Amino acid sequence: MLLEVQDLRVEFATRDGVVSAVNGVSYGVDAGETLAVLGESGSGKSVTALAVMGILDSPPGRVAGGRILFQGHDLLTMGREERRRVRGERMAMIFQDALSSLNPVLTVGYQLGEMFRVHRGSSRAEARAGAVELMDRVRIPAAAQRVNDYPHQFSGGMRQRIMIAMALALEPALIIADEPTTALDVTVQAQVMDLLDELRREYQMGLILITHDLGVVADVADRIAVMYAGRIVENAPVKELYARPAHPYTKGLLESIPRLDAKGTRLSAIKGLPPNLLRVPPGCPFHPRCPRVRDVCRKDPRPPLYEIGQGRSSACHFWKETLGDAGRR
Amino acid sequence: MTQVEGEAGAPGPAREVILEARGLVKHFPLTRGILFRRQVGAVRAVDGVSFTLGRGETLGVVGESGCGKSTVAKLLVSLERPTAGEIIYKGEDISRLSGRALKAVRRNIQMVFQDPYTSLNPRMTVGDIIGEPFDIHPEAAPKGDRRRRVRDLLDVVGLNPEYLNRYPHQFSGGQRQRIGIARGLALNPEIIVADEPVSALDVSVQAQVVNLMERLQEEFGLSYVFIAHDLSIVRHISDRVGVMYLGKIVEIGTDHAIYDHPTHPYTQALLSAVPVPDPEARERRERIILAGDVPSPANPPSGCGFRTRCWKARDLCADVEPPLAVPVEFAAAPGVVAHDSACHFAEEKPQVASA
Repeated sequence: MLLEVQDLRVEFATRDGVVSAVNGVSYGVDAGETLAVLGESGSGKSVTALAVMGILDSPPGRVAGGRILFQGHDLLTMGREERRRVRGERMAMIFQDALSSLNPVLTVGYQLGEMFRVHRGSSRAEARAGAVELMDRVRIPAAAQRVNDYPHQFSGGMRQRIMIAMALALEPALIIADEPTTALDVTVQAQVMDLLDELRREYQMGLILITHDLGVVADVADRIAVMYAGRIVENAPVKELYARPAHPYTKGLLESIPRLDAKGTRLSAIKGLPPNLLRVPPGCPFHPRCPRVRDVCRKDPRPPLYEIGQGRSSACHFWKETLGDAGRR
Repeated sequence: MTQVEGEAGAPGPAREVILEARGLVKHFPLTRGILFRRQVGAVRAVDGVSFTLGRGETLGVVGESGCGKSTVAKLLVSLERPTAGEIIYKGEDISRLSGRALKAVRRNIQMVFQDPYTSLNPRMTVGDIIGEPFDIHPEAAPKGDRRRRVRDLLDVVGLNPEYLNRYPHQFSGGQRQRIGIARGLALNPEIIVADEPVSALDVSVQAQVVNLMERLQEEFGLSYVFIAHDLSIVRHISDRVGVMYLGKIVEIGTDHAIYDHPTHPYTQALLSAVPVPDPEARERRERIILAGDVPSPANPPSGCGFRTRCWKARDLCADVEPPLAVPVEFAAAPGVVAHDSACHFAEEKPQVASA
């Protein structure tokens, strides 16, 4: 395993009390593999990634427990300087909003070249050449002319390519992409996802794709971890998850999206709202919204992540029944 | 949902046309100089858009950012004045109205905004927000009756009427969008223009709001102009769909015509790029990946606006702008293929990702 997150807990101290944003999350990624972490806002998918990268705002955030093994070493017990080196060279992150992740007063060439200057001690000329090469690699047209342009002179899709170039600069073993195409239009989204997928294959990188878009996931992921209220509720290879979801939340999500190729009557919405993390309901956190709820679901202990097959797990007491429901549509 | 019969470009024969846009144009001037302002050009945000909306019908408008779809929405509700063109509501051009006449028309055409976080005043209670339309149009509800009306509206959109005195920040995104919809419904409008009403919401909540909008349409016989960039949601809710690119409608027809038999290359590329939530379809899909970005609407290409990214473009496309009409080669074709498509080389190539 390239990266293994084990029982990770992250807490935030807020005015109203301590919030457990991530509550015992475990997942792993192999080299060359794409893991999609799927969840709605507040599910803890981004916070988990920030903790893995070690760029959690702390305070108020703090890793309260668990281990993060990267190439066999626990990142959480590493010294600051060692962690910083790993972060730059061997793992990188791509954020959703490229415009606010790039410095508006520096040229993109300078910002890309910074990777080489800081981590490799390159000269300015070498760094610039490296920047042009990177821009070429992510297929920005006329890279040599555009290297001295500022971020605002690029379109949204091009800026996201620059972010990808920056992440690739030191050829990391792992890339975490947090909603990399959410701010982009569909035709540009397709370009960027294709590029990311191709680069992952070329460099045999592990890719963690954090998203809420079930369509994007189906297109590129090998495996999926579904998060809800700071926990993983289902873990499965992509095809099996879409064909036979084993958790009512996953099933509800799949049924609530309209499909381009089929026009149904009413969408079957999941009733209610995701819980407030300050007041997560006892028992299964999904039980107030679950169509399959029984008494046992309302009481602690919470359902554990049941192993239900090869590489599959589900945190539902009634996973068998959920699986048994005939495939949707 | 009711299916519209009849021609693709026009609403079904059974439907009376309630709103019509004729050659709508909106240019925003680009100026230079501080003391002596002079116009150096114009952003052609909307550049000749025509369509009709039938009573009780939903017209979906899709397109990427910057295509002018939101400007069309603002023109329809008279938040912007068109540079040229007409908006015909019940046989009358409303685009030049002002004063009392404009106010009367506005009562019947309401808007629901995209962002439920910024479109509600944080310092007003929900009751005041939903009741504000009655202050502007006092004839819509007698004074003593307003509170009851607001409670009814909250109930209609599925919120607890007891929430009347709460503030917007006490609600989730989906609930706020319900408040926005309740405000839009307050004056019993005939037409609701919804600009990306569910884009800011989580998937599980999106479905709730879409279902609500469909229910309200049936209950009150509303006509919707539903603007969004999410093609799946637009298909789900719309009877007819118009595809916009660079300030123009490039293809328009029934949802069946646009999604199952698109003839404009842009529509085909757009549909092929939509990620389909079905991993089994991954290998079978044939995707058209467009090169480059949308040109600037301040300096659009000559002829066809899409030619700079189109794989079919030839000299003709740069010289002659293709009209939005049924392409001659399909004029005699039976079925839905014969719908308006602004392309010299329109071809049918079914693009639905998988079935």
